[in-house]
Amino acid sequence: MTKRSNWSIPYFIFLVLFVVLPLVLVVVYAFQDNEGGFTLQNIGKFFSDSDAISTFALSLEVAIENTLICILLGYPAAYILADKQLNRSAVTIVLFILPMWINALMRTLATTELFNMLGFTLGKGTLLFGMVYDYLPFMIYPIYNILQKMDKSYAEAAGDLGATPRQVFLKVTLPLSMPGIMSGIMMVFMPTVSTFAISEFLTNNKIKLFGTIIQENINSSMWNYGSALALIMLIIIGITSLFTSDDSNAAEGGLI
Amino acid sequence: MKKFFAKLYIWILLVILYAPLVFIAIFSFTEAKALGNWTGFSPRLYQSLFTGGMQGGSALMKAVQNTLVIAIIAAAVATLLGTIAAIGIHNLRGRKKQAIMFMNNIPMINPDIIIGVSLFLLFVFLHIGQGMLTVILAHISFCTPYVVLSVLPKLSQMNPNIYEAALDLGATPHQALWKVMVPQLRPGMLSGFILAFTMSLDDFAVTFFTRGTVGLETLSTYIYADARKGGLTPELRPLMTIIFVVILILLIIINLRRSKTQAEVK
Repeated sequence: MTKRSNWSIPYFIFLVLFVVLPLVLVVVYAFQDNEGGFTLQNIGKFFSDSDAISTFALSLEVAIENTLICILLGYPAAYILADKQLNRSAVTIVLFILPMWINALMRTLATTELFNMLGFTLGKGTLLFGMVYDYLPFMIYPIYNILQKMDKSYAEAAGDLGATPRQVFLKVTLPLSMPGIMSGIMMVFMPTVSTFAISEFLTNNKIKLFGTIIQENINSSMWNYGSALALIMLIIIGITSLFTSDDSNAAEGGLI
Repeated sequence: MKKFFAKLYIWILLVILYAPLVFIAIFSFTEAKALGNWTGFSPRLYQSLFTGGMQGGSALMKAVQNTLVIAIIAAAVATLLGTIAAIGIHNLRGRKKQAIMFMNNIPMINPDIIIGVSLFLLFVFLHIGQGMLTVILAHISFCTPYVVLSVLPKLSQMNPNIYEAALDLGATPHQALWKVMVPQLRPGMLSGFILAFTMSLDDFAVTFFTRGTVGLETLSTYIYADARKGGLTPELRPLMTIIFVVILILLIIINLRRSKTQAEVK
């Protein structure tokens, strides 16, 4: 049986080559000048570039706002969907999952077109609305999953022991559903903070987010500066995932 | 009363969520080039989507074809690689297992744009010309972790004695693998494949950075280029409608079948 563990070797090599090495290259390029010598200039350029800093701040702001709105709108929806007394139909759940299966660019484009026809000016408002529209299902689904699996007897016991419905929710249901909220945050915050095409569509190129700057630099062959920006985003992602890493995979597995 | 408001809330969300898709679907049945302009019912956009009548039609179909080819190859390879890897990982212990699981998690947490940029740098570094092959390799790299995670639980549910019993009863290791192990892993492999397939279909950023300059277009990159030009290919409307309906039907079938089997189990 011990020999069977060798079956992981091809994948190990694959991971080193296509996952680890590319990330190492991001770091290497970030600290290199055009001639290949070591430099801190690329990182320094970011911190002295007020445009880049404000774009970075805006990206964080939009991502945080989007995540909060998704929690506020998504939690009640997930709660209702998971409650057998309030919702019996499996079709409504399918309807909430379905947008996750449709290409995000396509959905964004449809939203933008609708905004255009209704005569809305594309800008920060439409950007946020479009983002919420794109990512809400990714918040609802993991929370729904957790709530549905939750043992209802805890809430009932709390009620029997004299807790008001409000207390039951705040002290029992909400804490128990935290893993779902965490993986929801992961699935919403991460893509929003790093998005590039979606923000261009939704604001008609008026508002640039951090992802767009990375893309512009890479595409105009400014690989070193682009890598430095990518490294900064990588650090943000790393920090976020430290906070939310517990159960982030639970939501993905049960999609089908 | 509570139930009424709950239902109302759910339906308001659904209406908002689906308004753009329904809007696109309605205007896929009229000829007008500009969206929102109703010039009477006509199936012409559907015809020209498949026959390439209008200028955009054939390029769009080519992009759809590329998207499907990439997704099928990437998902198939990822399923094979991921299943073999899962069997190996299942038999690993301690540090080694932790290390490979950690690496396996990276592509799932890593945002698309970082995966795209980092692989772009890799291909530049290794002097590999970018095109269809690099896109497929890139897709395999972010799809395989999902297969590994779908297959691993099936391995831990499996009774290891069954495999041993097959060997004791005279099966070769090869037979024991194909006749005993694979059938038990199949549900995990299937959901891994479907996940990988949809991840690949959905991807934009990774493809965008790894497709090189050979003019390879997938549906996502086509839409992106199209939207940047400003004029939206009208044939996208029927295409989106078709994709939407196909996915809706598939999901309903899958869910009905699942609730049926669950009911039978109970």
